[in-house]
Amino acid sequence: MSEPVLRLTDVSRVHGTGAAEVHALRGVSLAAYAGELVAIMGPSGSGKSSLLTIAGGLDSPTSGSVEVAGQDLDEAGISGRAKLRRTSVGYVFQDFNLIPALTAAENVALPLELDGAGRRAAQKAARAALDEVGLDGFADRFPDEMSGGQRQRIAIARAIVGDRRLILADEPTGALDTETGEDILRLIRARCDAGAAGVLVTHEPRYASWADRVIYVRDGLVVDEAGETPDAALAEEVEA
Amino acid sequence: MSVKHALLALLEKPRYGYELRAEFEQRTGASWPLNVGQVYTTLSRLERDGLVEAGGTDAEGRSLYQLTEAGQAEVKGWFDTPVERTQPQRDELAIKLAVAVAVPSVDVGKVVQQQRNATMQALQGYRRQARSGAGDDLPGGLVLDRLVFAAEAEIRWLDHCESRLRRAAASSTAPEPVQPEGESR
Ligand SMILES: Nc1ncnc2c1ncn2[C@@H]1O[C@H](COP(=O)(O)OP(=O)(O)OP(=O)(O)O)[C@@H](O)[C@H]1O
Ligand SMILES: [Mg+2]
Repeated sequence: MSEPVLRLTDVSRVHGTGAAEVHALRGVSLAAYAGELVAIMGPSGSGKSSLLTIAGGLDSPTSGSVEVAGQDLDEAGISGRAKLRRTSVGYVFQDFNLIPALTAAENVALPLELDGAGRRAAQKAARAALDEVGLDGFADRFPDEMSGGQRQRIAIARAIVGDRRLILADEPTGALDTETGEDILRLIRARCDAGAAGVLVTHEPRYASWADRVIYVRDGLVVDEAGETPDAALAEEVEA
Repeated sequence: MSVKHALLALLEKPRYGYELRAEFEQRTGASWPLNVGQVYTTLSRLERDGLVEAGGTDAEGRSLYQLTEAGQAEVKGWFDTPVERTQPQRDELAIKLAVAVAVPSVDVGKVVQQQRNATMQALQGYRRQARSGAGDDLPGGLVLDRLVFAAEAEIRWLDHCESRLRRAAASSTAPEPVQPEGESR
């Protein structure tokens, strides 16, 4: 049976110590399968971004384990995690996290170049990804010469460039109008339909409804889930 | 509301009853099916009120209806006036939650969660309809959007209810603060 692309098992994350302790996550388990988009909803401060940064190997859990594409992130070590981030994981940050001194195309090409792709090949892939998000003609502009929605699209292009198996998107629709937000969701959904696994953090029910499953988080815990569990996951439970 | 006004507006050119019904359903994305009986009853009332009149027959001999001058004025008035924000007659969900809060044996949080899941599933259903092309024509798309926005509003309201409930529960179980907040350590 197919393995999930992302699996979190009993993940907790505690920030600080003693009186200042914050339990951002308190034992979260979830899986995302290839072809599936999972939405995560919950109030501000409930742990959504914490969950996503841990899933993307940008932060490590205090306890519990994380597997991406069959690889345990703890065992992968710092360099293994960095490689996974460059090659398998596309991350859309809550703030776009673009590098102001680089053009749109350079921003998108960056993960490929860091992974050792030649400059020309990386630029070509970057321009193709920018086309895909509707930014053809903007490749050589700098982020501060573009609107918020256009910057957000650069961030999406950077997350989907080079066939990522796992797309993690933290509020990718930010303060966009509904039409532009829908366009962004359409792009993420298309990647999942093409075989990636996606996890989307959003406050907006309309965007969550693009997902196959919606997971509700409160105070660092998964409290509820709506939607269809994929067949692969059901089969696995039967096997277990 | 006004199936009456919608039908009148669609008589901007003469039509026969069956055609009018098909036109209504097509324009509104078949979200509110009308039976042909309803259409003819409405037409005869409109005729009685002087808003439509017989407009001859078409090539196949079907009787056409057309707007009178009063009918045209009525249509114009309809479009020129915003729809009244009527108090919803009885909003079952609001009543259910209000009563649930008052009945101690009911787990209100669960009522909220179940409703939210059901509404999210409806929203996912609209999404599937939209993705399968149901909203590709402009009028049908606008109607589908309306359903999406309404479901979205309901889910937001349920989220809001949940956090109000949690706040209320927290303040009723929390011990009386001895000191002002932030100075307790
Ligand atoms: N580096 C950190 N140090 C201390 N506490 C942190 C840190 N990062 C997050 N937290 C805390 O962990 C909790 C969860 O934060 P997180 O950013 O995951 O919330 P969120 O669900 O993404 O909220 P939002 O919807 O506002 O983005 C919060 O209480 C936050 O203050
Ligand atoms: Mg966040």
